[in-house]
Amino acid sequence: MTSAIQLEGLTKSFGEKVVLDQLDLDVAAGRVFALLGPNGAGKTTTVHILSTLMRPDAGVARVGGHDVVASPEAVRALIGVTGQFSAVDNLLTGEENLRLMADLRHLGRKEGARRTAELLERFDLAEAARKPLSTYSGGMRRRLDLAMTLVSRPQIVFLDEPTTGLDPRSRAEMWDIVRELVAAGTTIFLTTQYLEEADQLAHRVAVLDHGVIVADGTPSELKRLVPGGRIHLEFEDQPAFDGALAVLEDATRDDAALALDVPSDGSFASIRTVMDRLEAGRVEARALTIHTPDLDDVFLALTGHDAPKEVAQ
Amino acid sequence: MSTLAHTVADSRTMLRRSLLHAVRYPVITYLVLTPLIFLLLFVYVFGDTLGAGIGGEGTDAYLQYVVPGVLLLTIAGGVTGPALSVSKDLTEGIIARFRTMDISRSAVLTGHVLGNLVQVLLATAIVTAVALLMGFRAPASVLDVLAAAALLAAIGFVLCWLGAAFGVFAKGVESASNLPMPLMILPFLGSGFVPTESMPGWLQWFAEHQPFTPFIETLRALLFDTELGSNGWLSLVWILVLGLIGWLWARFLYERKTVR
Ligand SMILES: Nc1ncnc2c1ncn2[C@@H]1O[C@H](COP(=O)(O)OP(=O)(O)OP(=O)(O)O)[C@@H](O)[C@H]1O
Ligand SMILES: [Mg+2]
Repeated sequence: MTSAIQLEGLTKSFGEKVVLDQLDLDVAAGRVFALLGPNGAGKTTTVHILSTLMRPDAGVARVGGHDVVASPEAVRALIGVTGQFSAVDNLLTGEENLRLMADLRHLGRKEGARRTAELLERFDLAEAARKPLSTYSGGMRRRLDLAMTLVSRPQIVFLDEPTTGLDPRSRAEMWDIVRELVAAGTTIFLTTQYLEEADQLAHRVAVLDHGVIVADGTPSELKRLVPGGRIHLEFEDQPAFDGALAVLEDATRDDAALALDVPSDGSFASIRTVMDRLEAGRVEARALTIHTPDLDDVFLALTGHDAPKEVAQ
Repeated sequence: MSTLAHTVADSRTMLRRSLLHAVRYPVITYLVLTPLIFLLLFVYVFGDTLGAGIGGEGTDAYLQYVVPGVLLLTIAGGVTGPALSVSKDLTEGIIARFRTMDISRSAVLTGHVLGNLVQVLLATAIVTAVALLMGFRAPASVLDVLAAAALLAAIGFVLCWLGAAFGVFAKGVESASNLPMPLMILPFLGSGFVPTESMPGWLQWFAEHQPFTPFIETLRALLFDTELGSNGWLSLVWILVLGLIGWLWARFLYERKTVR
């Protein structure tokens, strides 16, 4: 399979701080690649270098076969970028923003108007097309941002945290759009903080931590590295807690909170087993929650430390 | 598409964007208001005294004297336009988007310069119209009037490039609106409102060596057929020098600020 994006020994520092340390990656054409990492991991820096906004200190990055430092124009002609932060013209309407992109991509009047109408329709913006952006919701802005990226039908699309801050419905819509793009043969390089998103969309996932790739594989390979989910049980009092401990021998205990964690893959069968055992031991649980693996678990498993918490922007 | 055709097409697109901004966020009122206030103030309040000072009779003589200065004041006011729009643009995310696209490098700046030039020329036309209503009459031929208009447009164009450079140089929108101030005071410190001979020594020296005095005198020569002297070629040299500084400085700063 041909590669759309290749990184070899890519390194970038800001002053003393090494932000990307010898990244090696290979992204296959026509696939979705997800770069998964917490705040400050270096995701945006990677996207900036690949989209010619920033120069690496060392190493090579090729996009569509072109070196990003030696021939940025060739790279720019191939790619579309939706950055982490809104990149729309706030003084124009949605339609004017799309027409601006069509003109800058030299689509010509007729084709520009046609493509604009098509994207407004597809991204559910037709009604708001002539309204100022100040009246757009966060989800609408995000959709317009992506629509602007797609005006020229780029072969390779970068999406930097495309769903951060979106509600579940808007997130699902964004996922549908990504799937459509891939079905049409586009290569997608996306960054995310959510394991679930990478799992849902990506053919390959690389986990980035402090500028280092700590894991790289298919979503199922990655999940195998992570301890599965668990069932979290809380109890009213000490006798109940002791009773549960006696019937659930594989549980990890938290004496102070009178809580137990039982490993589980989240399936109905595994939950029933736990319930049956509690029933048999005549123990009542006060609360039961099912915990599926998330980025924190991945991080703990791969790096031995928690994902660093930062205040969301 | 060839590189030149590319540059022209992209600059035209950016000009259209800048004009759309101007429609949404007009600065034209401000561009017209300041010179108009000075025109009315100088003619109707100080006109009698100042008119006598230039050896004329009353406000009408002074009106004829002051209009070229007021027109250049209008043009100089245009520096703020590109300074504000460029500095504001640089704080917006869309600049990053432009830089990931295969767009001619200078198109963003060219668009702002031309868009603001259109506004400042429109403002100059409005101020001229008011001056005509007040009784301003120039005994000039059509050709001379066209030459005067071309002179004003050329000065406006180079000042807009300087303004664009201020816009890139400024740390924020606020400082972008302050940076052009000294330039906008220059028409007052030249021969626009009072003859330079009436100024104290040091100011007279400054007034005679700053660009706006030859600009104003060339405009007077075109409109009133007064002695052109060395003012014509001095104006040309100043236009070239200011334009080159503005254009090179704006582009250099823009490259440095946006490429990391
Ligand atoms: N221009 C800059 N100057 C100095 N440090 C920077 C600069 N840009 C990024 N950094 C630092 O580099 C590190 C990586 O930043 P980056 O934006 O790539 O992370 P990220 O993975 O995109 O994080 P987030 O999820 O918050 O978007 C951070 O520690 C950040 O503080
Ligand atoms: Mg980021």
